[in-house]
Amino acid sequence: MSERVAVRKTYKLFIGGKFPRSESGRSYLVQDSNVSLASRKDARDAVVAARAAAKGWAGATAYNRGQILYRVAEMLEGRREQFVALGVPADEVDAAVDRWVWYAGWSDKLPQVYGGANPVAGPYFNLSAPEPTGVVAAVAPETPALLGLVSVIAPAIVTGNTVVVAASPAAPLAAVTLAEVLATSDLPGGVVNILTGRLSETVPTLAAHMDVNAIDLTGVADAELAAELEVRAAENLKRVLRPAPADHDWHTDPGLTRMTTLLETKTVWHPKGT
Amino acid sequence: MFEYAPAPESRAIVDLRPSYGLFIDGEFVDGEDLHKTINPATEEVLAEVTWAGEADVDRAVRAARTAYEQVWGPMPGRDRAKYLFRIARLVQERSRELAVLESLDNGKPIRESRDVDLPLVAAHFFYYAGWADKLPYAGFGPDPKPLGVAAQVIPWNFPLLMLAWKIAPALAAGNTVVLKPAETTPLTALLFAEICQQADLPAGVVNIVTGAGDTGRALVEHPGVDKVAFTGSTEVGKAIARAVAGTRKKLTLELGGKAANIVYDDAPIDQAVEGIVNGIFFNQGHVCCAGSRLLVQESVAGEVLESLKRRMARLRVGDPLDKNTDVGAINSADQLARIRELSDAGSAEGAQRWSPPCELPERGFWFAPTIFTGVTQAHRVAREEIFGPVLSVLTFRTPAEAVEKANNTPYGLSAGIWTDKGSRILWTADRLRAGVVWANTFNKFDPTSPFGGYKESGYGREGGRHGLEGYLNV
Repeated sequence: MSERVAVRKTYKLFIGGKFPRSESGRSYLVQDSNVSLASRKDARDAVVAARAAAKGWAGATAYNRGQILYRVAEMLEGRREQFVALGVPADEVDAAVDRWVWYAGWSDKLPQVYGGANPVAGPYFNLSAPEPTGVVAAVAPETPALLGLVSVIAPAIVTGNTVVVAASPAAPLAAVTLAEVLATSDLPGGVVNILTGRLSETVPTLAAHMDVNAIDLTGVADAELAAELEVRAAENLKRVLRPAPADHDWHTDPGLTRMTTLLETKTVWHPKGT
Repeated sequence: MFEYAPAPESRAIVDLRPSYGLFIDGEFVDGEDLHKTINPATEEVLAEVTWAGEADVDRAVRAARTAYEQVWGPMPGRDRAKYLFRIARLVQERSRELAVLESLDNGKPIRESRDVDLPLVAAHFFYYAGWADKLPYAGFGPDPKPLGVAAQVIPWNFPLLMLAWKIAPALAAGNTVVLKPAETTPLTALLFAEICQQADLPAGVVNIVTGAGDTGRALVEHPGVDKVAFTGSTEVGKAIARAVAGTRKKLTLELGGKAANIVYDDAPIDQAVEGIVNGIFFNQGHVCCAGSRLLVQESVAGEVLESLKRRMARLRVGDPLDKNTDVGAINSADQLARIRELSDAGSAEGAQRWSPPCELPERGFWFAPTIFTGVTQAHRVAREEIFGPVLSVLTFRTPAEAVEKANNTPYGLSAGIWTDKGSRILWTADRLRAGVVWANTFNKFDPTSPFGGYKESGYGREGGRHGLEGYLNV
């Protein structure tokens, strides 16, 4: 009796809730698989998808966003073995699940911790509240492929931003598989868009894109490239998260900076009177 | 028009030296590159100041570094607080002198420098003084650290107030500073340096280097600074963002604006008109958050404009030191040229220009309060920051259209909403992409209230708990 022939997976991009191949028709061989090699056009398409999703996601209630992020954790937990089979250490998968849970809880708490009433010296109601900055472009760290990726996506979207993320070029399978998790978690299409391929192709386009509001350079290991990207980002004054140090321990408490750098504070005044 | 007898504030209280050096390491140091600073209302020379070169900037940064490492950094927060409280008190005690000098050097009405700028300056130092020994409670972790040396470059529209916005949170957080005031308004910063001496502030904690763009560039690009804070134009802000790319320097930017002031059909018209006037003619419109685009609902546009023109005809333009003056002098010949150029473009592009009959002084830099009606979103006067007493009027029919037009700008600093309906205020405020939204009021400021923009109006916030973040290693 012959052994069953396995059905192999085609690893594609994740844009607007769909799984298209690169419009360029290209792929590259990595981790024993052919993975889509995203082009500049794919990066621009991803920004369009992220922008289209921005209004609805920012307008969703914090409760709803928190529920969806928690749902992502549930789905990831259920596919634990799949990630392990891709070579992701089991404790990293666990940490990634826990990270989704941690960020899920922030959706309706950060506005309370980071905003509030200001006691101005006059008869005015004055309230500061954080709002999402809009579309965020992010570069996931090279390693850890899953935990690092989750650690840049979750803080961007929990507050209502949408994101285009460039996955680790050397270990993209975890990213594409995470896209399958996201696609089955009630996350609206376009809130997270994942590009695989060469950073040098997609990221400069994202850094210079005039409809991107912020850039997270976490995974850019090359200091010269990081500086060049920051220069490009200055054209429309994108908010910038600079690269993480090479020895950063992704298992530690992430703190608030990853979220707050991607937020705007809006302060509303109104007179009090009869 | 009512006739008022002249009521000039005495300038005898200000004792100007003929020439000023740089304030480095607690001392005034003479320089060679002297430039005159003038009173924009009369073109009279007030004093000569030194424009700092690269070597001067380097000395100032090194003095700030030494003070940071040896004195200010190790000092307990409660003692830093006491110095800041001292400064707040000295500003209050010398507030008239500072207000008169501000009006002389800047051209703004004494009523404004006396009643708005100076009280806010003192309040700002008082507010941040209280934070200096409470940083672990500010929400940035149990032991937030200062950054080191802060390079701060400020504009000419609120010289001393912008100095306070920059220096107070920086020192409270434990940083030392090198501050560059604008080249047309250096004098109150130099008087502030004297106040630092009077407060016995340790040498090198505050350094003031006067000069123009080259001095600012040398300061921002100096490898010895850990933080750059800039208030000014979006163009220069972008250049600074490029200059600090790839460095460790933390950057906050408070840049230009083109704020929409939205008047709905149910707004109390008289109040709204006062708000429109305050929004655009306060400080001659030299305000980054000025309500320079009036968006008025079509059904009340006629009534609002008629009332607005009546009110504008009552504005008193003239001597900044006269206590009855509403609108003072334009800060510089360059700025006046810019306002004229954009206003001419408004006429050339087909908008209708109107100013009340208004006699302007012969000497000095003056521009009559002006409105443009029939403005479209494509007109330059609707898109570009004029930074002068010029209002562009557009109309809308539905709330959705108002929001659409309000957000149709690369800027996002501030906005105004006028309506009697609470739910409409909150609906509109939610949708405006602007850092400060004034509802049924305009141009209100407070040290506890975070200020700063969305989009190309910059990033970071000044004021309040949020204002500490830019000066802490978080």
